[in-house]
Amino acid sequence: MIEIKNLYKSFDDKKVLQDINGTFMQGKTNLIIGASGSGKSVLLKNTVGLLKPDSGQILYNGRSFVDADRDTKTEIRREIGMLFQGGALFDSKNVEQNVKFPLDVLTKMPEDEKMDRVNFCLKRVSLENTNKRMPSEISGGMQKRVGIARAIVNNSKYLFCDEPNSGLDPQTSIQIDRLLQEITDEYQITTVIVTHDMNSVMEIGEYIIFICNSRKLWEGDNKDIIHSGVKELDDFVFANNMMRKFREVSF
Amino acid sequence: MFRVGQYVLFLGALFKNRESFRTYVNLVLDECIYIGINSIVLVGLVAVFMGAVSTLQTAYNLVNPLIPDSVIGLVVRDLTILELAPTITAIIFAGKVGSSIAGNLGTMRITEQIDALEVMGINPVSYLVLPKIIATLFMYPLLVILAGSLAISGGYLAAEYGGVLATADFFVGLKQEFNPFSVQFALIKSIVFAFLVASISAYMGFYTKGGALEVGQASTRAVTVSCISILLADFVLAQLLLV
Repeated sequence: MIEIKNLYKSFDDKKVLQDINGTFMQGKTNLIIGASGSGKSVLLKNTVGLLKPDSGQILYNGRSFVDADRDTKTEIRREIGMLFQGGALFDSKNVEQNVKFPLDVLTKMPEDEKMDRVNFCLKRVSLENTNKRMPSEISGGMQKRVGIARAIVNNSKYLFCDEPNSGLDPQTSIQIDRLLQEITDEYQITTVIVTHDMNSVMEIGEYIIFICNSRKLWEGDNKDIIHSGVKELDDFVFANNMMRKFREVSF
Repeated sequence: MFRVGQYVLFLGALFKNRESFRTYVNLVLDECIYIGINSIVLVGLVAVFMGAVSTLQTAYNLVNPLIPDSVIGLVVRDLTILELAPTITAIIFAGKVGSSIAGNLGTMRITEQIDALEVMGINPVSYLVLPKIIATLFMYPLLVILAGSLAISGGYLAAEYGGVLATADFFVGLKQEFNPFSVQFALIKSIVFAFLVASISAYMGFYTKGGALEVGQASTRAVTVSCISILLADFVLAQLLLV
């Protein structure tokens, strides 16, 4: 479980996050949604420690992350897996080496055990027989799946995904969404996904935070979102024709 | 001043939260090949021509019949050891390796590969930059020794085939009034220059923000600042150790 308490972050005079609170539960797909520039990626970066908040608390199973000493921070970080928007695979390493990387650097596991774990994770994301291919030789969707395999290879307790569907076609997007949900459920990890893809929201949003103009305006699940009563959220959710028609049919 | 402070903190981060020794051994060996071995042809080629041209131009300028021809060998030797091999090679090295380091780290930054390391709990400065600096400190002095040897060989070839002086005179000049401290001085300079090129280029690449355009700008800045730093350090070292 990850708790965010009274989080504030600004860049110079621009307030990007103001009084953000939320609890991301274990075994659930938690979504942070909002329009571009609303502060959702900044919230994610604060949560994983890529940015330091101005004030507020981030607790990983009760362990404070913001004020933690270096060792505690490293310990928490080694429980984190993250899927980046562009995959962030290491260009110079092939698929197998990318997935094995956290095991090589962070563990003293014997080589054969490492390979078993790598092959297991690649199989889990349906990427068997791609071990020796370079990131530049595989599609965007496959790169995302390699990123997921790398994020879970070290038995991560927390999985963060920054816009996992960006640049993917709708079918591949749904595959990635389902894969993330299955992994979350299967390994009981705390998954936090930043997205502005409404398909993802409706498909896998078990707990959703809506950020608008640097503040959290709403929280709930994918069943409540269509009748939230929050104008900004309605504008976001029903921005496209399909969702507007869906609303007309629903009400 | 912000940049200087950030650079100092960057250097401090090299030694924090390091990974296992074995991890670094493999990384340093990879970097030695990438930084050192892959630069041999360019450095060698430049050194041979540098030595040859130095011989020809020194001979062209020393027309006084009272000055023996052997002085040409002496001038080429001292010029090569004191300046051409460590300093000019460093400028070329900054262009080849410095831009490559900055471009490599800059691309890793904008494609979030550095963020990925950080999220995993790996210190990216220590993991990515320290092996490059160690490899450069190890390989660059070897390249300077190679460059010095090849430059003098180039000088010999120019003497032999350029017809500007007898090779015997050239060899007499090479041995004349030789001060072994020149070699020590060249090696001290090479270590300082290697550190400057690797650390400045890595710093420029590591803090790249933006996209492809900014990666290119970071590479250019890395080469420019490295070259200026080399020239400044060259002057300071000469003042401190030779005067």
